[in-house]
Amino acid sequence: MAVTVRIPTPLRKFTDDNETVSAEGGTVQEAIVSLQSQYPALKERLCDDSGNLRKFVNVFLNDEDIRFQDGPATAVKDGDELSIIPAIAGG
Amino acid sequence: MAEKNGCFNGLKCRECGKKFPAEVLYVCDDCWGPLEVDYDYDKIAARLTKETILSRKPNMWRYKELLPIEGDVTVGQHVGYTPLVKSDRLGKALGVKTVYVKNDTVNYPTLSFKDRVVSVALSRAKEFGFDTVGCASTGNLANSVAANAAAAGLRAFVVIPSNLELGKIIGSLIYGINVVGVEGTYDNVNRLCSEIAGHYNWGMVNVNLRPYYAEGSKTMGHEIAEQLDWQLPDHVVCPMAGGSLICKIEKAFNEFIKLGFVDKHDFHIHGGQAEGCAPIVEMVKENRDWVKPIREPKTIVKSLAIGDPADGPFARQTMIGTGGWGENPTDEETVWGIRTLAETTGIFAETAGGVTVAAAKRLIDAGRIKADESVVLCITGNGLKTKEAVEGEFDAIDSIQPKLAAFDELLKKIEGKEPATVS
Repeated sequence: MAVTVRIPTPLRKFTDDNETVSAEGGTVQEAIVSLQSQYPALKERLCDDSGNLRKFVNVFLNDEDIRFQDGPATAVKDGDELSIIPAIAGG
Repeated sequence: MAEKNGCFNGLKCRECGKKFPAEVLYVCDDCWGPLEVDYDYDKIAARLTKETILSRKPNMWRYKELLPIEGDVTVGQHVGYTPLVKSDRLGKALGVKTVYVKNDTVNYPTLSFKDRVVSVALSRAKEFGFDTVGCASTGNLANSVAANAAAAGLRAFVVIPSNLELGKIIGSLIYGINVVGVEGTYDNVNRLCSEIAGHYNWGMVNVNLRPYYAEGSKTMGHEIAEQLDWQLPDHVVCPMAGGSLICKIEKAFNEFIKLGFVDKHDFHIHGGQAEGCAPIVEMVKENRDWVKPIREPKTIVKSLAIGDPADGPFARQTMIGTGGWGENPTDEETVWGIRTLAETTGIFAETAGGVTVAAAKRLIDAGRIKADESVVLCITGNGLKTKEAVEGEFDAIDSIQPKLAAFDELLKKIEGKEPATVS
């Protein structure tokens, strides 16, 4: 499955300034692993030492927060869009 | 850019401590933690004394050295220094002896505490050279960005949920800036604004200018301490939406202790949210250190309806760390809070103020605030903006002919309904 991942400004320096990149996988977790294999510098930025998404990283699948779905195990399909959003805006 | 004369070195990550230059940054590129301003407190101590503060005009910029701008104040020079009102009548209604209301319902120019953060954010935005600014807002922030941007001649886009109260929508439109309604919750708005900030390189006050913006809230705490004759209260009750203000009140008190302006004191900071959207209070009550977001907030308290509060973990830490607590009153209690505050102090607060009063009542009833301890209620916004919340509380007003006899008759009817004595 090929999904589009929308990269937030603070991370674009690790994705050759690309605002969106393509990733492969059947779940959000797999797509993130695919993203990290293309851009290894993203790995420690997105995940902690145990490989879990960091506390201040929010992921949206087609505009829906994955915490309202199955979290990183949420299934993705061809053409889906993932957005990675810093959790620390607003209020 | 004005001459660099600030008392801060740059930014640093609140999670891992990594340091960054004082630029348009808000996220740590190592751990994604939020960035905050890294002050030079020795420099501040050398420049700022109580006497200096007392010699300055009554606005929030009397604490300028503790705010992150480098040059002169260019936006919001008149904001802040709102009244701290002691009310025995409110104390009696709540069951405590000493209660103060920090009355930001009359903050200048848009009648909420948000003018504090916006004056810092837009002064800083001008230092960075932004010509377009904006925000994600539940209403009050939009009003403040709109007014202050208009006065400063900045182009502005304020983004809000489409279903806000009329007073808050008109209260932005009137300033002639761009108001964008989004079909969705505040969290949808917030996410869109994160993307807008990155895509258009605009100064979004609570996104890419957030480290600077958030510091403005400290002045509410600074003022409370100064207005209590340089003492700290036993308790503060503060409304929480994103959870930033409550953290900044604690920071303000600690700054004044560090600078020797107040004696060290065992203060307790409590937070209030509406029952229908209380993700931070639930963290406290369930002893959980992560935010479980609320997908669809269901409350009349729209200004606090942030389902995924950015500062949730930090706000919880402020409450737990100071020996405070969180309460989440129902909408019914909130309306009681609005009416009680109005009837005892003459202050008409918006829904968030009702939450604060109702939360204080719960804390007092539970013995978390004792009858002989002092408490400050942070009342952050004006009730004239959210009249919808209370309009159903009242019957149609009595309407009479312009004749004394008609008034006599009405008076008899009214006196028949009044309690025997009025205290």
